[in-house]
Amino acid sequence: MADLTTTYLGLKLKNPLVASASPLSKKVEGVKRLEDAGISAVVMYSLFEEQIVHESHALDYYLTRGSESFAEALTYFPDLERYNVGPESYLELIYRIKKAVSIPVIGSLNGISTGGWINYARRIEEAGADALELNIYYVPTDPQLTSQELEATYVQLVRDVRSQIQIPLAVKLSPYFTALPNLAAQLAEAGANGLVLFNRFYQPDLDIESLDVVPNLVLSTSDELRLPLRWVAILYGRIKADLALSSGVHSARDVVKALMAGANVAMTTSELLAKGIGRATEILTDLNNWLDEFEYTSVQQMIGSMSQQAVAEPAAFERANYMKALMSYDNRIIW
Amino acid sequence: MTRQKITVDANEAVAYVAYRLNEVIAIYPITPSSGMGELADAWSAAKIPNIWGTVPLVVEMQSEGGAAGAVHGALQTGSLTTTFTASQGLLLMIPNMYKIAGELTPAVFHVSARTVATHALSIFGDHSDVMATRQTGWALLASRSPQEAHDMALIAQAASLRSRIPFLHFFDGFRTSHEVNKIEYLSEDDLRAMIDMEAVRQHRARALSPDHPVLRGTAMNPDVFFQAREAINPFYNACPAIVQEAMDQFARLTGRSYHLFDYAGAPDAERVIILMGSGAETAEETALYLQQQGERVGVVTVRLYRPFSLESLMKALPASVQKIAVLDRTKEPGAAGEPLYEDVVTAVTEALRTGKAPFQHLPVMVAGRYGLSSKEFTPGMVKAIFDELKSDTPRNHFTVGIVDDVSHTSLDYDASFSIEHPQTVRCVFFGLGADGTVGANKNSIKIIGEETDNYAQGYFVYDSKKSGSVTISHLRFGPRPIRAPYLIQPGQANFVACHQFTFLERLDVLKYAAPGAVFLLNSIYPPDQVWDHLPREVQQTIIDKKLKFYVIDAYEVAQKTGMGGRINTIMQTCFFAISGVLPRDEAIAQIKKSIEKTYGKRGEAVVKRNFEAVDHTLDNLFEVKVPDRVTSTFSRRKAVADEAPAFVRETLAPMMVFEGDNLPVSKLPVDGTFPTATARWEKRNIALEIPVWDPEVCIQCGKCALVCPHAVIRQKVYDPKYLENAPETFKSTPAKFKEFPGMMFTIQVAPEDCTGCALCVEACPAKNKSQVGLKAINMAPQPPLRETERVNWEFFLSLPEVDRTAISVGTVKNSQLLEPLFEFSGACAGCGETPYVKLVSQLFGDRTVIANATGCSSIYGGNLPTTPWAVNREGRGPAWSNSLFEDNAEFGLGMRLTIDKQSEFARELLVALAPQIGQVLVDAILTADQTSETGIKAQRERVAQLKQVLQSLKDPRATMLLDLADFLVRKSVWIIGGDGWAYDIGYGGLDHVLASGRDVNILVLDTEVYSNTGGQSSKATPRAAVAKFAANGKNLPKKDLGMIAMAYGYVYVARVAMGYNDAQTLKAFLEADAYEGPSLIIAYSHCIAHGIDMRKGLEQQKLAVQAGVWPVFRYNPMLSEEGKNPLQLDSRDPSVPVEDYAYNETRYRMLLQSDESRAEALMKLAREDAIRRWKLYQQMAAIQYNGHGQEPAAGKSE
Repeated sequence: MADLTTTYLGLKLKNPLVASASPLSKKVEGVKRLEDAGISAVVMYSLFEEQIVHESHALDYYLTRGSESFAEALTYFPDLERYNVGPESYLELIYRIKKAVSIPVIGSLNGISTGGWINYARRIEEAGADALELNIYYVPTDPQLTSQELEATYVQLVRDVRSQIQIPLAVKLSPYFTALPNLAAQLAEAGANGLVLFNRFYQPDLDIESLDVVPNLVLSTSDELRLPLRWVAILYGRIKADLALSSGVHSARDVVKALMAGANVAMTTSELLAKGIGRATEILTDLNNWLDEFEYTSVQQMIGSMSQQAVAEPAAFERANYMKALMSYDNRIIW
Repeated sequence: MTRQKITVDANEAVAYVAYRLNEVIAIYPITPSSGMGELADAWSAAKIPNIWGTVPLVVEMQSEGGAAGAVHGALQTGSLTTTFTASQGLLLMIPNMYKIAGELTPAVFHVSARTVATHALSIFGDHSDVMATRQTGWALLASRSPQEAHDMALIAQAASLRSRIPFLHFFDGFRTSHEVNKIEYLSEDDLRAMIDMEAVRQHRARALSPDHPVLRGTAMNPDVFFQAREAINPFYNACPAIVQEAMDQFARLTGRSYHLFDYAGAPDAERVIILMGSGAETAEETALYLQQQGERVGVVTVRLYRPFSLESLMKALPASVQKIAVLDRTKEPGAAGEPLYEDVVTAVTEALRTGKAPFQHLPVMVAGRYGLSSKEFTPGMVKAIFDELKSDTPRNHFTVGIVDDVSHTSLDYDASFSIEHPQTVRCVFFGLGADGTVGANKNSIKIIGEETDNYAQGYFVYDSKKSGSVTISHLRFGPRPIRAPYLIQPGQANFVACHQFTFLERLDVLKYAAPGAVFLLNSIYPPDQVWDHLPREVQQTIIDKKLKFYVIDAYEVAQKTGMGGRINTIMQTCFFAISGVLPRDEAIAQIKKSIEKTYGKRGEAVVKRNFEAVDHTLDNLFEVKVPDRVTSTFSRRKAVADEAPAFVRETLAPMMVFEGDNLPVSKLPVDGTFPTATARWEKRNIALEIPVWDPEVCIQCGKCALVCPHAVIRQKVYDPKYLENAPETFKSTPAKFKEFPGMMFTIQVAPEDCTGCALCVEACPAKNKSQVGLKAINMAPQPPLRETERVNWEFFLSLPEVDRTAISVGTVKNSQLLEPLFEFSGACAGCGETPYVKLVSQLFGDRTVIANATGCSSIYGGNLPTTPWAVNREGRGPAWSNSLFEDNAEFGLGMRLTIDKQSEFARELLVALAPQIGQVLVDAILTADQTSETGIKAQRERVAQLKQVLQSLKDPRATMLLDLADFLVRKSVWIIGGDGWAYDIGYGGLDHVLASGRDVNILVLDTEVYSNTGGQSSKATPRAAVAKFAANGKNLPKKDLGMIAMAYGYVYVARVAMGYNDAQTLKAFLEADAYEGPSLIIAYSHCIAHGIDMRKGLEQQKLAVQAGVWPVFRYNPMLSEEGKNPLQLDSRDPSVPVEDYAYNETRYRMLLQSDESRAEALMKLAREDAIRRWKLYQQMAAIQYNGHGQEPAAGKSE
């Protein structure tokens, strides 16, 4: 049987299959089941500062609205002893999960203010997280905002957070950067121990009958693997940070691809949400079988084995590949 | 021993003691006592123990009658038990009070004394409720202030246990119950020290127990009842001394000394006033002031009113007394005098006769009434009474505080007379309910009271509107205890703040300012421009009184710091900065500390935002250099337009501008009868934005008009010829109604009556195809539109109303062409109830009598100054009345009985007079089909013809028929109320009325809580929702009232949600009215107490149905006649998770935020509730009927 162990963010993992942020980590029980299924580490669902702020303001607004206006109804709600509108319940969950499982637990944070990022990062560390993943989710809509400004903001953010915490730090990125390798290098330089490729955004849809913009979240498919696969392959060996491949990991073959491209770990969620946590066990079994079948002795052996730098034809990951693909497509049409 | 000094209102001060000294607390909400029950429930939910270490069991009952019954039972089985109530609630407890007293059961009821409804309901304070219990055998112990209420709560409990006499401890509703004052708090050790544990043990030993059984509550015969009743006497004889012992013990413990009757004033006083409650404090302070001026006056405060201790009263009265005025805060029409007066006269004469009096000659004794319904009672009034007593023949049975120009009972008084101490600082703040002014002032009072050596007092006045309400805060503070239970008088305030600039246009804010006072104004105009925007009167007052004038643009600061419309902390910071009560830095530190305390648990973000508001305030606060002359070109607006009816101008208008106190008796109706259609004269202009119609996009569906809670958005179809005189900006488009070819159509908004809720925009289904963010109705700022739209509105009103007989009202589109006869109510912006109420007025308003249960709908429907029920051009409209909370169904049934009887009688007379009237007309009237608008119109014409004929007849029966002829036209009875009424307090009556088979229509506006009293749980409250009295989330499912009513088989039942299916709602209303038996409509009414974005109320209604928690249906017994299943489900299988609906609402969400595991457990059960109920309905709807269903209800009235 091959050695499945790998390291990610300096954490020694029993295998390369990591559960990425999802509702599965909203309960201690969920994480325990992930561990039981063989998952080697879990990234917590994201703590959204914006949501905390919004919940806090909304609670205040609704508890206050209409109060002290009418003599018979000076308030409309009982004033409860406490409300978990801050990050406390999230932090407590990390604490409880850490007590309940032995696999590493990686906190995940999405902030909206510098103070928020730093404050919550510190508190996630204090709660016992083994590492922190910054889930930088931002859709720039302002035409005045340049890519340089945006990237500088990201880099500064990583620098700020890095200076405040001791645990390893990963950054989850979107694929929409003009010069991703450069940004990746800057982030690594600023203190990111790992990069997670990529974040999947909610892509709104249009309802053309009701004329509404509707949220639409669909689970990933294996096809989506190719985008992060390319970029992991390109970045591997070029930046001083671990790589995690997220999006499109649905099978042992996908895991193998991720590792060969250069990822230290492959992150999966959609597959587990769609088919149940037990699917992780199947993937790991398949992975073992595949490694045995193809006579790999360890996972380490294959990490980066098909990165851009390692393959015979590096250009295959670049623009030429696009042209070639088109041509082959055209050929098929002609045939 | 040093005790904590805290700043609280009497409700909290009393509840603190009561909660800690009892084991069982049975409660029911009623203003102004609800706060005590709410606190007890909250403490119980938070597991706070009583002094014996156990958490009291707090249970909400279905009515005060129920609460009293539960208290009685708990007492009989040995618990220490209490309750809190007032007014009608206390009246409902009276039967049990007799029993509890007759059985010598120690207990204390704490009562925030409130007016009993007579010609009108009033939530405010007087002693009419307490006086109605004086014959029950309960001891009555009165408090004058929050401190005394705190103390007496303990003394009452101690004395009750020792004497076995139950005690009613009372204090003045609002004036004391809601006055915030700095008091010394009793420790739990104090409470323990006062409670005689042996008495507690004896109480338990007397309890009913199968282990030592006794029988209590027998029925007695004439042989022994009388003797047994007299056997109780020794306990009453002993009681006063026991109370005094408790007071003495209390004095040793705390240093505060009380007596059954306390005298204050000149030792050689000749003129004495006797009274009880908060007025006694004012009277005492005034007497002491006058004593210093050399007057021989004094005041006796009555503390223990029952059992009445003649000896103690005689001890209190000075021997020198020659004249006594006894003041009652109640009115007993037809009595020889009010109760306290009669008692004092009896006691004094009896004491004189038996040698117990300290004087030799009978003093002159006169009676006076004061302070009904929290009418102000001021030092000026007290002085007027003392002055009256100087007369050789002082007026008897006088009133003070009003101008009685009818019976001439009132004493004149000097309104400017003041005894305020110069070191006491007095501040008056005008604010909007929504801007947080009162909350900020309560905080300020706490800061001053608890963080400085000052004493402090706060009292808050609210108007009766639930949207755009004006608040006036009265704050006093200074180095001496504040004993002034009356408002700051005009000309006395050192500091006046106006938090809303527009108030200056209509209210005399500065009348409160003393010469040289500070005036702080929230102004959008900068300091160098504000002057020119002030009305002339305001400028003149600022100059004349030499006011120091400050401005701040608080809204700008609030916007910049994310506070939205909440300017509370900003204005509070200004107040501290200007008033100098604390050094600025310290004041700001204290404000921030207070913010932490108030908002901390709501999250760091809220605290941070408030801190930022505080930090940005002082840079924006400016003193205005006051010019030396008036420059303004405009004056304060009149309260109402000149063309308003005389009654509106002369009686209602002063009330609108807080000048109602000045109205003389002659201006008020003698029997509480008021004209309808008065809300249209009160132009409140509270909307920041109003809807604007886009005719190009509009599909003329009527949904905007249907859902408008305030009837401010209306539609009409009219002949194009009327547009000749249309204002330039009046919009019109060809009508898309098949009934009206060639006609024009307009949707018009009443700009000055709109509340800006935007429900119409949410309801509008028509989107602009080129810019989908726009609809056929869009919100736009009101000020630039106000004048043009006002003119358009006037023109719109002048257009003829649609002919009701010309349309079928069965569609939403058509129904909204009917004129609403319920308009511009004071309900919350976006109210979920009023669209249903308005629909009743549109469909049936011109032939409807309405019985309205007490609650939100009776307040926005019937609270002065103006009321929304309206009339059409023929002068017809809903006739409306509110009886009580508990009896509304029966009240409505009575109306039906009259209509049934009088129409029957009219028909009998018609038959009898047929030879004289003419058989053709008589037959036509008797056989008329009145099931349609056309039929009703024709019948009205026949009746008009009949009346003409009758006037020419000499037969006395013709005169009688003339009186009754209108009953020959079909009338509807609508019985309207909330879930608190229908599910709880009025359920027994409602059930009986449903069972009666009579033709009444019952509309339950189901908000799932007692909305009017602040969101207490009812049996309509759904599982998993948080409400007051269900602070941990309701753990049982909502009662299925519809299912219960369906069980009768002959009751029409519908459950509707306008936001889910407005056509179904409309159909249900029409079917209910058409059904000639009892009908029940249960209408989902989204509510401010749900904690939702009110614009999304309709969306929540839809989700409620889709989630299965509010399946909509109609159960029409008429269908069973046709062999069909009467139950028709109008919604589909649940398709949305319950939590997707519920967690949009704070009432559910706050449980998730405070106790996630409980929330999840309850939500799971709530899901099961929904599924189970839906399946049950499905099964019922699937039953095959074979044509042998229920008989129709008509004729089933036996």
